[in-house]
Amino acid sequence: MNQEQFIHAHEQQWLILEVLLSPSLRSLLKHEPENKLKNSWFKSWKQNRAAKKKATQKSPNEEKIALLEPELISQADFPGLYREVCQHLSLAQSRRYSPHLIERLNFLISQAHQIFYRQSHVHGESALAALTAFFTRTFPQTVRNESQWLWFSSLVFYLPLILMIVLIQLWPEFVYSVMSPDMVSGMEAMYDPQAEHIGRERGSDSDSKMFGFYIFNNTGIGFRTFATGLLFGIGSIVTLLFNGLHIGAAAGHITQIGYGSTFWPFVSGHSAMELTAIALSGAAGLKLGFSLLMPGRKTRYQAMLDTARVSVKIMGGAALMFFIAAFIEAFWSSSQTIPANIKYVVGVIMWLIVFAYFAFVGHEREQEEKHQ
Amino acid sequence: MLDTIKIAETPEGVELKLTCVSFFARSLAWFIDFLIQSAVVVLFLFILPRLGDFGMGLLFIIMFFLHWLYPVFFEIYFQGQTPGKKMMKIQVLLIDGTMVNWGASLLRNLLRTVDFLPFFYALGVATMLMSKDFRRLGDLVANTIVVYKRELKEKVILKQGEAEITACAPEMTLSAREQQIILSYAERFNQFSPERAEELALLAVPLLNELPVSAQDKPSNPASERLLGIANYLMGRR
Repeated sequence: MNQEQFIHAHEQQWLILEVLLSPSLRSLLKHEPENKLKNSWFKSWKQNRAAKKKATQKSPNEEKIALLEPELISQADFPGLYREVCQHLSLAQSRRYSPHLIERLNFLISQAHQIFYRQSHVHGESALAALTAFFTRTFPQTVRNESQWLWFSSLVFYLPLILMIVLIQLWPEFVYSVMSPDMVSGMEAMYDPQAEHIGRERGSDSDSKMFGFYIFNNTGIGFRTFATGLLFGIGSIVTLLFNGLHIGAAAGHITQIGYGSTFWPFVSGHSAMELTAIALSGAAGLKLGFSLLMPGRKTRYQAMLDTARVSVKIMGGAALMFFIAAFIEAFWSSSQTIPANIKYVVGVIMWLIVFAYFAFVGHEREQEEKHQ
Repeated sequence: MLDTIKIAETPEGVELKLTCVSFFARSLAWFIDFLIQSAVVVLFLFILPRLGDFGMGLLFIIMFFLHWLYPVFFEIYFQGQTPGKKMMKIQVLLIDGTMVNWGASLLRNLLRTVDFLPFFYALGVATMLMSKDFRRLGDLVANTIVVYKRELKEKVILKQGEAEITACAPEMTLSAREQQIILSYAERFNQFSPERAEELALLAVPLLNELPVSAQDKPSNPASERLLGIANYLMGRR
């Protein structure tokens, strides 16, 4: 079979595949006969549009595509076509057909391959269904499986935090070891019970502004905690320690000077979400960094690749927790009409919810999957 | 074999050639994206503060999404191409040549932070220049690669001066390597002086079992015209 016969025999399949791969070419397909258009004005508009489309050419094979029957496209079997064209390419290569033809088949196959073998856990599912599956199954399961990293990261984060609170009760001037005098006085002004507003430099009418700021700032810190973990875990450890020391120093100092009655109700609502999200970001980063240090029986690179895939899931879930924390902090924690006791109760409930979520959600499906 | 070509094998046994994108083209794509991101921020900086605190909140959220998730959004929903990459005709793929997924895209864009260290992408650029396929740290971790997007090529009609050269079949079957040599010759034809082009063609034409050149007396540059004719044939123009 020479090249001409080969092209003649198979070109239709190539054209169909090309249309399937770039949906914009569909508009070129055979349209209804023109006499159906009654209005002449509409007709001329349509012709104008067709002319404009021609000017921006999408494919060198446009003329041939225009001759295809639309039914061929709607009834086309993409996997079958893809495999056949793969075979055509092998034939064309072994028969040494022209490079142009081989390039054309190569183009079709590389595009089809990108789509056909796309790695996705959500075949045919909507984005919402995928998101639900992630938060009712993948995220809590992953965190449970990687709980040792969460404990490790919590240790690095909470230990200096608690230590700092205790030390400052004993030696109040200890706060200046991590904070400058300016920062300390700024913080004192923020939580002064005599002041009209509490929280980070704000009036209560700026809730929505602070919501945006918390998302921008806190989630960004979480992302950085995770990413810098790639440097053998050092970045994550430093960020966790730094945040632990600072939060501890702030809490310790405010309590020590007797402003605790404004501080603790303020932070209790969003503490569960925010602190856990920081610990999770750290856990994801530590896991990534330590995969390079302790690759086990894999090569260092392979160990990191496998770990990164898991870590990014933890980080994705933590990002949403940062959003929720930002929402609570901006619209609930800052409210001054709600009594402190209710805020404490809500704070405890939030911690219970977070614990229950990671302990109990997604168990049944986990077992189902193991049985399969 | 050029070392900017990465071969990915499909399960069907077809070898796909991925052309890796060098540091320079990638920086340009990044710069275009950076300009777009900055333009959007500046635009909202003028509009949103007039809406008071609500506008400021929205501005922060927009800045957050532009900074972290702008590339992820485009890589997922526009075939691995942010606007900058689309302009440079490049795209992000997984290392096996398939479309990038959520996890990989999120990873490579979150790890920009590390690539940015210690200042202005120094680590990223160093990694890109040292790694074989111009991959920055984010690419290495997410197992992605930035490649030139393939495009369906038009058939090129070779001309000598103004006249089109009619395609003619070679009289023997040519190996892929031989075909490639003839096509490279045709590609660079316009950079040669006519005499040099003829001289080079005279080396090849006798090897192709063609008629002795002196027998054809009509064209002024018979050998190069014959070779371009074969090149036209090889490129699929008959």
